[in-house]
Amino acid sequence: MNNLLVLPVLLPMAIAVFLMFFRKKIVLQRTLGVIGGIANIAIAAFIVMKVRSEGILTLRLGGWEPPYGIVFVADMFAAVLVLAASITGFAVLLYSFASIGREREEHYYYTFFHFLLVGVYGSFMTGDIFNLFVFFEVMLISSYALITLGGSKKQMREAPKYLLVNILSSTLFVAGVAYLYASVGTLNMAHLSLRIAEAGQGGVLNVIAVLFLIVFSLKAGLFLFFWLPGSYASPPFAVRALFGGLLTKVGLYAIVRTFTLIFPGDPSFTNGWIAAMAAVTMLLGGIGAVAYRDIPRILNYNILIGVGFVAFGLATGSRDGMDGVVFYMVHDILSKGLMFILGGMLIAAAGSDKLDRMGGLMKVRPGLGWMFFILALALTGIPPLSGFAGKVLIVRGGLDEGMLALSLLALASSLLTLYSLVKIFREAFWGTEPENEDEETESDAKQASGAGRSSEAALGKTKAFAGVSAVFLLLFVIGLGLAANGAYGFASQAGAVLDNPGLYIEAVLKE
Amino acid sequence: MEWIMAIAVGALFMIGVYLILSKSLLRVILGTSLLTHGVHLLLLTMAGLKRGAAPVLGGGADSYADPLPQALILTSIVISFGITALYFVLAYRSYQTRGTDEIDGKEAGDKGAES
Repeated sequence: MNNLLVLPVLLPMAIAVFLMFFRKKIVLQRTLGVIGGIANIAIAAFIVMKVRSEGILTLRLGGWEPPYGIVFVADMFAAVLVLAASITGFAVLLYSFASIGREREEHYYYTFFHFLLVGVYGSFMTGDIFNLFVFFEVMLISSYALITLGGSKKQMREAPKYLLVNILSSTLFVAGVAYLYASVGTLNMAHLSLRIAEAGQGGVLNVIAVLFLIVFSLKAGLFLFFWLPGSYASPPFAVRALFGGLLTKVGLYAIVRTFTLIFPGDPSFTNGWIAAMAAVTMLLGGIGAVAYRDIPRILNYNILIGVGFVAFGLATGSRDGMDGVVFYMVHDILSKGLMFILGGMLIAAAGSDKLDRMGGLMKVRPGLGWMFFILALALTGIPPLSGFAGKVLIVRGGLDEGMLALSLLALASSLLTLYSLVKIFREAFWGTEPENEDEETESDAKQASGAGRSSEAALGKTKAFAGVSAVFLLLFVIGLGLAANGAYGFASQAGAVLDNPGLYIEAVLKE
Repeated sequence: MEWIMAIAVGALFMIGVYLILSKSLLRVILGTSLLTHGVHLLLLTMAGLKRGAAPVLGGGADSYADPLPQALILTSIVISFGITALYFVLAYRSYQTRGTDEIDGKEAGDKGAES
């Protein structure tokens, strides 16, 4: 029993509800957001340290014994993801000050922002599959609001499709829960794992497993990512940073949790599917990132490469692969958030999102240029930075299991990541400044950076927050790489639970 | 009883999918609405249709209905109700902004849907 576990969910929820009543008081909204963000990082860090010393923590909500009530479970995997998500969330909050614009701030932007965080933290912490659905919905409904907030033509075109895809996958989620409840008669994840192990996974349980794989893949953008590049290209960059950093990772977390805890019984079947989907995702994501010449699309396809990489780590099914999954997901949450923040700053500085209209920015914004370069190296997995350790572990896991072709594909996708990001670096920061031809795409870039013409003056004061948020996240990206040896201890504790679901079951169902 | 429910669920899914595949946003929303109804019926059926007593424990009840699926369905209904309302408002706003009700349709006064 540990009431601490409910705090990461409770705190942003309280802030979100409170801010609803003060929509015009922007200074109050920002101040509360900053205080809440810092408090959440502190709470998450405290939970991580507590899990480190005491093992898996559980909280039985309402005092109901599992498997009857809902439990919150913080194993190391969930705890470090909550920590990484709260760090990225805080950075995106700071970046929002600089870029989101007064209009949106007055129309409940911060309320929805905090509700989205509620859904993300809750999804990581819950130990009940229907409760996972509910937290998914909290997160998704906030994301519906954030993706439509502003009401530009582009958003109005993409948002209905985004809603449709997510409503469909949520419907299938409920159908999956129905089948699961019919076949094993429980919804607590630990209890599900126990019952399915008793019944022997196969036949109808494999069908249910694939149904859940479809549901979570739709949300994570694993193979079923057709909706992602378009939808993620419509909201302002602060929202994209939130989506790219957190939303897809929650889907990915659900895949990892489901297939290590609930359906680990038939790895030759499930891992085969996941491996194939991961391969296609990495390949198509890489091709997309290399092929396009506008920055939003390049960045969106880079999300997919990361998703495919983590899924590949899961598909190896080895201990090294699991450690790598944990490590790489933390890195991915931090660095994808940073990638969109830097992308937004870059587009705001260049005044266009097309590479052909950029050049010579190194003279004007050298700091931004070098930060982008370091990020490109981190995403590729160059040693002293955060992407390296995760990639090494995942690829080593893959080679140990004899998945040579997939390991090579994973490495090739890293190369494509490097190429696509260096392409941005080379053309936007080096080269010569293009002549200002026409103003046709100006408005689009303004929309992308969130700066409406009317709020330009108000934003002037807060522009500095963009740089602060980027430096803040970059420090974590570099720090995670430099302290990889220490961080490996945490990742390995998390990987142990993923590798052996018995630990999780014992912690939840003991007494 | 189960076979009636199975046919009802199947019909709702069929109509829902058909509507979702159409171009008009309004039909798509009706489709998602029917689809979620189908899923709720599925959940009810899969948890077992019993004509037992009220789910009261300790009162010496010999047979009682499982209360859990009802709680799940109630939660799910509330969520889908909210989302459907939001979707309708979004569709109306999208129609006002873009001048068309079609997903990916050609927009009024626009050169075409270049995304």
